[in-house]
Amino acid sequence: MLMNLFKFKGGVKPPTNKTQSTGRPIAAAPLPSHLAVPLHQSIGGTPRPVVAVGDKVLKGQLIGEADGWISAAVHAPTSGTVVAVGPGKQPHPSGLDADCVFIEPDGRDEWIARQPFDLVNATPDAVRHYLQQSGVVGLGGAVFPTHGKLTPAKTVPMQELVINGAECEPFITCDDLLMRERAIDIVRGIGVFRDLLQPQKVLIGIEDNKPEAAAAMRAAVEACGEDFVVVQVPTLYPAGGAKQLIRVLTGKEVPAAKRSTDLGVQCFNVATAYTAWRAIAHGEPVVSRIVTLTGNVRQPGNYEVLIGTPMDELLQLAQPNPDTDGIVMGGPMMGFLVPEPAVPVIKATNCLIAHSERLFPPKAPEMPCIRCGACAQACPHELQPFELYWHARAKDFGKTQQYHIFDCIECGCCSFVCPSRIPLVQYFRFAKSEIWAREKEKKAADEAKTRFEFKQFREEREKAEKAEKLAKAAAAQAAKKAAEAAAAAAAGDAPAVAVAEKPADLTVDPAEAAKKAAIAAAMARAKAQREAAQPKNTDALTPEQARDMAEIEARRVQAGIADAPAEAAAAPTATKTEE
Amino acid sequence: MDILLAIAIMALGAVVLGAALGFASIKFKVEGDPLVEKIEAILPQTQCGQCGYPGCKPYAEAIAKGECDINLCPPGGMEGVQRLADLLGREVKPLEAEEKPKQVAIIDENTCIGCTLCIQACPVDAIVGAAKQMHTIIAQQCTGCELCLPPCPVECIRMEVIPETLDNWKWKFPVIEIKAAPAQAAAEIV
Repeated sequence: MLMNLFKFKGGVKPPTNKTQSTGRPIAAAPLPSHLAVPLHQSIGGTPRPVVAVGDKVLKGQLIGEADGWISAAVHAPTSGTVVAVGPGKQPHPSGLDADCVFIEPDGRDEWIARQPFDLVNATPDAVRHYLQQSGVVGLGGAVFPTHGKLTPAKTVPMQELVINGAECEPFITCDDLLMRERAIDIVRGIGVFRDLLQPQKVLIGIEDNKPEAAAAMRAAVEACGEDFVVVQVPTLYPAGGAKQLIRVLTGKEVPAAKRSTDLGVQCFNVATAYTAWRAIAHGEPVVSRIVTLTGNVRQPGNYEVLIGTPMDELLQLAQPNPDTDGIVMGGPMMGFLVPEPAVPVIKATNCLIAHSERLFPPKAPEMPCIRCGACAQACPHELQPFELYWHARAKDFGKTQQYHIFDCIECGCCSFVCPSRIPLVQYFRFAKSEIWAREKEKKAADEAKTRFEFKQFREEREKAEKAEKLAKAAAAQAAKKAAEAAAAAAAGDAPAVAVAEKPADLTVDPAEAAKKAAIAAAMARAKAQREAAQPKNTDALTPEQARDMAEIEARRVQAGIADAPAEAAAAPTATKTEE
Repeated sequence: MDILLAIAIMALGAVVLGAALGFASIKFKVEGDPLVEKIEAILPQTQCGQCGYPGCKPYAEAIAKGECDINLCPPGGMEGVQRLADLLGREVKPLEAEEKPKQVAIIDENTCIGCTLCIQACPVDAIVGAAKQMHTIIAQQCTGCELCLPPCPVECIRMEVIPETLDNWKWKFPVIEIKAAPAQAAAEIV
C-alpha cells in the first residue's frame, strides 16, 4: 500500500551498529543469583510494597501495589524468598538509592496460577484496570503506565493509533528481534489497544533498516486478518521519538505544551503491545523484557531478562572484553553510564552497552561556541540549541523558557553535531531540573504565605472575638454591680461591693498554681521517659569505656553542659543525644 | 496683546494637563507598594524571623523603605541576596548568617506531652495536635523555620536535613573534568 510520508526537520545519521546483535535469536537469560526489584519503575506514584522479609513469593506474584491512577503494579520476577525490602542502588544517573524488594530465587521459577483475562465480556474500564494490575508500562523508555493512555479523549475523535517500531537509536535491536520473532502477539496486543481507543486507522512505523521485522509484522497482520498498515519510515535519528514518528506517519505536528491525543493520535511501543497481550492472553504480568547486550563484547545478542537482574551478571552472557570499564544503559545518544555495574535491570532497560575507551573514545575538550548553527539544523524540534545553551550556561532560566526548553526531548542530536563538542543536552537537563525545582519551591513558598496570612487573620479574629466576649461580660458584670449597688444603697449597706470582689481574686491563684503544677508534673514525666529510653550501646561496657565515659561526663559537668553528676551517672548519654 | 494671548494659552494648557494628571492619579491609583510585593516574591516565605522582622512581609517592607540590608535572610541564601540586589540595584553582600541546607522539623512522639506551645509558635499551622494529645508535624507544610524549637518545654523537636532522593535530585551544572596527564600521574606515584 502506497502512502504519503512526511518529514521532520533536522535529525542525524549516526552509525547504526545494529547488525552485531541481530545475528542470533532471542535467548532466555538464566536465573540470576539474586534479584533487586525497584518499586518505582514507572512514571507516577511509587507502588507500596505488599510483601515482608521472609515471605515466599511465586513468579508473577504482586509485590508492589499501584499507588494512584498514574502508577503501575510491580511483580516478583521469579519464585523465591524476599530477603529484604529497602533502599538499593538505582540505574539512574544520580546514583541514589530507592526502595527495592530483594528476592533470592529458589531455582524453580514457579508461576502463580495464570488465568487468561476474559477480554470478550470485560468493560473497557476493567481492561485498563487489569493492565495496571499487570504492571504494563511503556517499554520504549518513558515507562508511562499504559492504561493511562488508553482512555479516548472525549473532545477529539481518535484518528490514528501509531505503533512505534522505529527503534532509531544506534546499537539497540530488542524491538527489531521482538517483531521478527513474536509479531503475532504484538499484533494481537495492538488489537486490544485498537478496541479500547477506536481509532480510524492503525499505523505501525518501522525504520527501513529493519526489513525482516517489517516483513514479519506484515505477515502477522495478514494472519490475524487485521487492517493495520505497516509503514517503513526512512532511517533517520530520532525517527523513533513519539512526536517525530507521528509527524512522519500522519503529517501532524504536536504543538508545544500539547499532547498528541489533543490531535487525535496516540502512540505505543511494540514491546508494550506485546506485554499487554501476554498479560491478557496468558495472565503473565510484566516480569521480564528483551534487553540487547552489545558494545565491547564478544557475543552481542538479545536476551529475555527478568526485571531486577544485576546488570554486571547479565552482561557476562555476552562475554565482555577485558577492557570494559562501564555499562551504558540505553543507546549511545540518550543512554547514561550506570553508577555501578551491579544495579538491576528495570522495565526501562532496553539495551546495555559495554563501555570501553576503544569503542567510545573520550571526547576532546569542550571549545567555545562559535554560533555555527549546526545544532539548530540538527534539532528535530526546530529549537535553537545555541541560544538555549547560552542562557542555560548563564543560568538565565526565564530566557531558556522563552526559547522553549521544555520542548527539548534530549535526543542528543545537537551534541552529536557540535563541532566544539559542547555537551549541550547536559546544559539543558540542568536548566530543566533547576526550573522544576524552582517552580516547586515557589509553590511551597506561596502555600506557606497563604497559611501564614490565614493564621494571622485567625489570630486577629480570635482576639477580636475574645475582646468582644470580655466586653460583654464586663458590661454584664457592671450592670449586675450597678443593680447590686442600687439594692445595697437602697438597703444602706455599702461594704457589700468590696466583699463581692474579693473571692474573684482568690479563685485566680489556686487555678494558676494547679496549672503550673500540672505542667511541672508533665515535664517531670517526660524527663523520666527520656531517661528510661536509654541507648542500648551502654549495656555491656568494658571497664576502660566506662572510665572514659565517666571522664567525659565529669568534663561536661565542669563545662556546665550536663545537669548534675548524679543525673549524668544515671543517664550517661541520654541528655546529649536528645539535644 | 500677543504676549497676553500666549500666556493665556500656556496657562490653559497647564490647567488642562494638570487636571488630566490629577484625574489619572486618582483613577489609576496603585493599591499597596508594588515594590514590596516584588521583594516578597523573592523571599522564601519561611516566616522564620531570622532577619529580625516578624515574618517575610515586614522584612520586605523594611527593605523597600531602605531601613535594612538585603543580606539578612539565611533561608533565601546567596541566591536570594543576588536576586534582591538585581531587583533593587543594590550591591551584593555576603549573608549575615550561615546558609543552611533545607530542613524539616520532627517531633519525638514518645516525649511530646501535648502542651500545644509549638502549635501556637508555628507560623504556617504545620503542626497538628490538641492539648494532652501527641502532636505531629505535616512535613510538606513545614518551612524549616525552627520557631517551634524554643517553646517546647521537653525538647522533643529536632530539625532534620531533607535528604536527596530521586524525586528532588537535580542535574548538576556541566563541568569539565580535569584529568591529570598520564606522565604526571606516573610521576606522582613515584
